[in-house]
Amino acid sequence: MGFTAAVITFPGSNCDRDMAVAIEQITGGTVHRVWHGDAELPSGLDFIALPGGFSYGDYLRSGAMAARSPVMQAVVAAASRGVTVLGVCNGFQVLTEAGLLPGALMRNAGIRFVCRDVPLVVENNQSLFTARYTAGQRITIPVAHHDGNYFADAETLDRLEGEGRVAFRYGEPVNGSQRDIAGVLNDAGNVLGMMPHPERMIEPAQGGSDGRALFESVLAGLGVAA
Amino acid sequence: MKIRVHVSLKNGVLDPQGRAIHHALEGLGFGGVNDVRAGRLIEMDVADSTTDAALEDMCRKLLANQVIENFRIEKVA
Repeated sequence: MGFTAAVITFPGSNCDRDMAVAIEQITGGTVHRVWHGDAELPSGLDFIALPGGFSYGDYLRSGAMAARSPVMQAVVAAASRGVTVLGVCNGFQVLTEAGLLPGALMRNAGIRFVCRDVPLVVENNQSLFTARYTAGQRITIPVAHHDGNYFADAETLDRLEGEGRVAFRYGEPVNGSQRDIAGVLNDAGNVLGMMPHPERMIEPAQGGSDGRALFESVLAGLGVAA
Repeated sequence: MKIRVHVSLKNGVLDPQGRAIHHALEGLGFGGVNDVRAGRLIEMDVADSTTDAALEDMCRKLLANQVIENFRIEKVA
């Protein structure tokens, strides 16, 4: 059985196809496309990705409605069983709203939508998602968001840093995030949320391929034959 | 029963929107504005039998994100 993944599509997701292509190209696995109204996920999943976009038009709060959709009950259950879950951009917002990751993503400090390549520092290369990077490595990955300003109280931030759960930090100010946090891991290490888009940096034609190692890390870490 | 839920950012949470509104007010020449915080008002019409506990549950589970927001429930009539 090869690497099996699911990409969830919510109404308003717009990076779901990019995510599916990145997973297919890098892992050589099977990618199921799953609709938000589905209450069940395909069986035998190794990996679930929540893509970027503007689910439910960002109504109420970014990710708030998607986090309460039927499929998210199944994603939360899968995450608690240890299935690997990646949330990018809106997917990160959904993961915080669903309670799978601590903190919240607020309006960018500069109010403006930020859409550009940004430098990231790999803070922790011991995780399932980052093992193919080196610690402290500077990589370039694009961001495109309005609500990427990571907030958590000081106690939570200290705990995240102490436990090595800050996976990526911005290499320069981007959106006002507390301690320049760009991506965080859950306690068990099988859930990562990040605002930058690794799926948009997987081949030179896209301006770089610094995002590939994230998917390669997951593939290698799970030990599933492609 | 008419309900108003007032959702506001917690103290200590920076409010970029409030700050932008503050700047805009100053730009319009309004002096003496010390601070601006932007929140959200949600108006609901619910069955008269809806309990306070159910209303609070709605706020906790969806209407407010308690990582960054407080809520206050007001019964209008």
